[in-house]
Amino acid sequence: MNAENGYTIGLPPVASSYGSDIDALMLLMHVVMVAIFVIWGVYFVYCLVKYRAKDGERGVYHQAGENASFIPDGIILVFEIWLILAFGIPMWVSIKQQTPPPEESLEIVLVAEQFAWNFQYPGADRKFGRRDVKLVSASNAIGLDATDPAAKDDVVTVNNLHVPMNKPVILRMTSKDVIHDFQVTNFRNKQDILPGQMTMLWFEPTVPGKYEIACAQLCGLGHTKMIGNVFVDSQQDWDKWFQEELEYKTADAGTTGSDEAAVVSRQGSGDEKQETVL
Amino acid sequence: MTDSHGHGGGHGHGHGAPQSFWRAYIFSVDHKVIGIQYLITSLLFLLIGFLMAVLIRYQLSTPAPGDDFNPENLGLIRGMLAGIFGENNMPYGFMAPEFYNQLGAMHGTIMIFLGVVPLGVAAFGNYVLPLQIGADDMAFPRLNMMSYWVYFVGGIVMLASFMAPGGAAQSGWTSYAPLSVAAPAGQTWWLIGMVIIITSSLFGAINFVVTTLNLRAKGMTLGRMPVFVWAQLVTAVLLLIAFPVLEAGALLQLLDRVAGTSFYIPKDMMYGGAVFPAAGGGNPLLWQHLFWFLAHPEVYVLLLPAMGIVAEIIATNTRKPLFGYKELVGSMILIGALSFVVWAHHMFVSGMRTSLANLFVTTTLTISVPSVAILTCLLLSLRGGQIRYNTPMLFALAFLPMFGIGGLTGLPLGFAPTDLYLHDTYYVIGHFHYVVAPGSLVALMGATYYWFPKMFGRRMNETLGKVHFWATVIPMNFIFFPMLIQGMWGMQRRLADPTLQWHNMDVQGWSTVILWGAAVMMLGQIPFLFNFFWSIWNGEKVGENPWDATTLEWACPSPPPHGNFAAPPEVFRGPYEYSVPGHPSDYWPQDEAA
Repeated sequence: MNAENGYTIGLPPVASSYGSDIDALMLLMHVVMVAIFVIWGVYFVYCLVKYRAKDGERGVYHQAGENASFIPDGIILVFEIWLILAFGIPMWVSIKQQTPPPEESLEIVLVAEQFAWNFQYPGADRKFGRRDVKLVSASNAIGLDATDPAAKDDVVTVNNLHVPMNKPVILRMTSKDVIHDFQVTNFRNKQDILPGQMTMLWFEPTVPGKYEIACAQLCGLGHTKMIGNVFVDSQQDWDKWFQEELEYKTADAGTTGSDEAAVVSRQGSGDEKQETVL
Repeated sequence: MTDSHGHGGGHGHGHGAPQSFWRAYIFSVDHKVIGIQYLITSLLFLLIGFLMAVLIRYQLSTPAPGDDFNPENLGLIRGMLAGIFGENNMPYGFMAPEFYNQLGAMHGTIMIFLGVVPLGVAAFGNYVLPLQIGADDMAFPRLNMMSYWVYFVGGIVMLASFMAPGGAAQSGWTSYAPLSVAAPAGQTWWLIGMVIIITSSLFGAINFVVTTLNLRAKGMTLGRMPVFVWAQLVTAVLLLIAFPVLEAGALLQLLDRVAGTSFYIPKDMMYGGAVFPAAGGGNPLLWQHLFWFLAHPEVYVLLLPAMGIVAEIIATNTRKPLFGYKELVGSMILIGALSFVVWAHHMFVSGMRTSLANLFVTTTLTISVPSVAILTCLLLSLRGGQIRYNTPMLFALAFLPMFGIGGLTGLPLGFAPTDLYLHDTYYVIGHFHYVVAPGSLVALMGATYYWFPKMFGRRMNETLGKVHFWATVIPMNFIFFPMLIQGMWGMQRRLADPTLQWHNMDVQGWSTVILWGAAVMMLGQIPFLFNFFWSIWNGEKVGENPWDATTLEWACPSPPPHGNFAAPPEVFRGPYEYSVPGHPSDYWPQDEAA
């Protein structure tokens, strides 16, 4: 398991609340898969050796155990029904169909585009400022309406997501252009991001540090470069960071993002509008 | 219909009347000639698709220039690549993302729609199915010929799309809207090519269904049909129901591209910094539903003929009846039926209504049961046998554990909570390649060795065949198993340069192993290509039944003349009467009178 040489085997370190449950399920499944393969493979090799052709002998015409052959099918079916009822539906409901209570969580809007991630934080009023496609410009990537009172304490960052530890984060996501997908391997979750529609992904970070966001849905020429960072800090550090962002915003009204380097890199990788004629 | 069906009794002018070269070999209506045309064309497309994959793997093993890079001295391979593909596609021998995306999309399209399906269904189905049911040809010979030529045109359109402005389709073989709608002109060619290929498949599918149901020899009841015929029948029904849906979906996407409609374009969508020029109001998820409604049954279209082939080869080379004929056939029918209600397991994280996932998890895990039943029957068929280890049998046997890995790795992908993590990673790529390449394709290679003597009256060389077998099956595992490892670590598919993302670096080393696997496997195909063409003229001559088999294709000359059987055969027993106690030989052909 040497991470230096590029030949690692296994799962990357887990950093979200439900991540260890998913890892346990992955382990269970792979143990069962290997067990089935090994039992089955041993019998296969036994047959290959034992029943190789011998001169003058004939095969067995009458088959025994036609009904018994349904036993492995039955065992697999029972195992799968148990998996669905014990883990499949409950875990799916808690991770995907429900969110933690919004009042105890940090809600963030994510507007994805070729090839950048724009995060909108609602600020103390917990209200997101209005977005309008007509207001989108080079300096206003998400089309935030500055005249909306709810937008006053909103902060927008590009490619860098800052979240406090041990607090659920609910991402309300949409795309400006094509389909993208928010993936952080350490959180064990991903979700497609669609234009014209909101999708949701929540996670509760449990380990401080920096994690990589990667786009997992082919989105054009810069797909590979559509990466970002999640910074998981303590609540105090996060509060301090957010206050600085707010002050920065008021001091330098006119630019929305504080991550200058990220803005520059994004402008460098814009996908040219392609002709659609035959 | 007149000239092709006039010899319906098997004694028309088809037997003796000399035909012109064009009628006999090019625009032939004989199902056997069409089968061989499909065989050679699809093998050619498989080779093209494979070479694309080798290029992709070369790129992924060293995606970007390293510290020792010297633009003045690119070395032999990079210099050649830069020269062949040009500075736009492969500057300094490294792949530009647009070229990478084109190869990715076209590798998938060519392998599936122009390679494996035409080989498994159209080539072997056309050649073997009428023989196995004792028919003198397909029900609609001219439609059959048209099916091949339409397929041929579709293939040419797909290959030609590389010359379109901006190159070939580059939105993945799945062509997800809206990226595909906004993509360069190659996507339009792709859609037109798909419509043509689908049309060809529909011609073939209707022909297979009608032939199987109406042209069986006297005594060939449904319960006496070989498993391969059952597999082809179920496959044809799947194609017939599923393919029109994708054809319609492709036409809608074509309209979105060329007529400014908005079936898949939502309101207020932007592209390239401006509002996309379409009315909007459509939904990108509609395309995914239409696509996967075809593309999941398509998996079984790739798989069922292979299972049928493995069943035939195993029965012949274990010298005993197959275990559980009814269970095998019943499971195939059940798989066919269930394959229409599992498609959205490709869409757990797509943004469709999340509660739907629970339904599709359940149906998806249910479909594993008949698959397990088929594998169990094939495995138990070995018990009590007298196994002959010839080349076709080696390939058929290798199918079992290889498909086993493919099937088992489907479990965490079909299960929504684990798919949250594994979706769109290399784990998916490893999984479906194990199903289709070391699975289906290996079985299809076995079928080539198995039916070659029937097609050409000569056997392929056994030694070269065994070299080909080991040089294919072992490297395949060095290609596809590391993909499971990379995917487990979270490396996503469809990345032109995975090393740009630091989370991939821990597993990047495996890409070197994969490249070596691909290189060895590429060399391993040389004995096959040589053996195939050399044996057509120089192989060991054989009679009508070189494997001592029981089914009807071995009851006519090798190769069979136009019209197949000298007299209409009559069937007296089931397909796998091997080692019947009291019978003088260890096989009792279906047409041998008691």
